[in-house]
Amino acid sequence: MLKRFGVILLAVLFIGSMTGQGAASAQEKPTADADYAKTRVSKAGTFKAAYTSDPEAVPVNMLHSWKLKVETADGKPVKDAEITIEGTMPQHGHGMPTQPKITKNYGDGTYLVEGMKFSMPGWWMMTFSINAGGKTDSVTFNLRLK
Amino acid sequence: MVEVIMPRVISLTFAFLFFLIACLGSVSMAAGDNDLQQIHQWSEEDKKMIRSLSLSSLPLLPSDPSNAYADNPKALALGKKLFFDKRFSANGKVSCATCHIPEYFFTDKLALAKGMATTTRRTMPLIGAAYQAWFFWDGRKDSLWSQAIGPIESAVEHGVTRSFCAHLISDRYKSEYEGIFGSLPKINHRNCPPKASPGTGNPAALKLWYAMKPGDRDAVNRVYANIGKAIAAYVRRIVPSPAPFDRYVDAVLRNDLAAADKAVDRDAVAGMRLFIGKAKCTNCHIGPLFTNSGFHNVGLNNPKDKGREEGIDKVLSDEFNCLGKYSDAKPEECGELRFIDSNKSKYTGSFKTPTLRNVADRPPYMHAGQFKSLEEVLSFYKRSSSREVEHQELTTDELLKIEAFLKTLSGPLTPP
Repeated sequence: MLKRFGVILLAVLFIGSMTGQGAASAQEKPTADADYAKTRVSKAGTFKAAYTSDPEAVPVNMLHSWKLKVETADGKPVKDAEITIEGTMPQHGHGMPTQPKITKNYGDGTYLVEGMKFSMPGWWMMTFSINAGGKTDSVTFNLRLK
Repeated sequence: MVEVIMPRVISLTFAFLFFLIACLGSVSMAAGDNDLQQIHQWSEEDKKMIRSLSLSSLPLLPSDPSNAYADNPKALALGKKLFFDKRFSANGKVSCATCHIPEYFFTDKLALAKGMATTTRRTMPLIGAAYQAWFFWDGRKDSLWSQAIGPIESAVEHGVTRSFCAHLISDRYKSEYEGIFGSLPKINHRNCPPKASPGTGNPAALKLWYAMKPGDRDAVNRVYANIGKAIAAYVRRIVPSPAPFDRYVDAVLRNDLAAADKAVDRDAVAGMRLFIGKAKCTNCHIGPLFTNSGFHNVGLNNPKDKGREEGIDKVLSDEFNCLGKYSDAKPEECGELRFIDSNKSKYTGSFKTPTLRNVADRPPYMHAGQFKSLEEVLSFYKRSSSREVEHQELTTDELLKIEAFLKTLSGPLTPP
């Protein structure tokens, strides 16, 4: 029963991520709350990633950090990922004022992302390109900052 | 009888008239209240936005881990003297206050700043500078103290050397300096030629500098950095004070619409709505200081000045940056520098978003003083084709209203 629920949840997230990607390419602002989920499946379905922000509410114009948790599609932690990060504002054609980097690998599939800074409120897209176990895929989170 | 009745009739008539007037009065008052409601009505989301712009949202002065003396009162007192001391210049006529005139909101009236000679940029406002991450129009400095010593060695600003400054401190400020920073190194003409410097671009000064012993160079650099740290202790206290806009927001938030109506005029309220809405000014001018501390190309197309593109390498290679040996910060406290966006091509012709606090008080505007008035700035934004500017749809009347709003951002300045 639980397993089935998990599959459904993953499917929902996957569809969510697909619509998210679709919206992004058309540069239309996502509207459904699912598009802003903090847990998302990567573009080709290879990984599942979740982020938490410190502070919890993602701030505007303040340097802060995130923790990114990366799992395989079947839920195993990805402990040795190489991750590159890019944040953009599709409606404005510019990126973040900083270059965030992974500064710590906790060894349990969790990574510390430092140097996060969003210069203005609005719709942001954070894309993490993940390379692990010979596979490369990217996961994109939409953010609605106030 | 008639005589008796008449006054009654008259008094009744008067009473009726009074009643009518009172009624009309209350009707017109009710209409006034409705007007006020309508004019000063803000959605919850908009209220959040105007609150975020008001001074009540300004956090306490942020600490500067790179300057251990930032909040030292003795450093502030010394810094204030240094700020106004014209001896720190080649002609004895230029101090920090030459361009940062306190009576003119710490800027000057010139399009291009003038020290020993004319520079290539407009003097930046110092109001709320301590809240910024980057300094100068191109962000080539990452702390207030490091910024403060930049102009001293510039040939067109103060036109002297760090060695000359070390002599001046040793000759004129020894006890004050030592009361803050500990004992001064021995400074004399043999170990520290007053013309020696690695930072002026003058080959003779550079030769003299490298003829000095490494320990002497280090000692002079340390004194030079401390001069900056003292000046920064003063400059960081130049903060904005409440302006009509802040009184307006406070009144709206406590639902005192009569007070709100008195705080600013109605054109300014309309301008405020445009500023946070249709005109999208808050894309860059956010927070209580009305700046995102970022760098943007607004389409001024000044081919002589690449702005932030060149500021990136300068701040990364600066020996007085947050990660350098003269900084008091731990490396993990230098987040802005460690995670600097070094993608230079993104920043060609980009300049720092300046604060809008007291903006109406201190023309001219932009990084090279291109515009004489706010009206000129706003009409430029309307015709700018820069992707980073989104003001094109505004009417002339709307621009006037935004200008009226900008005039409500001026409060008295009371520096220490």
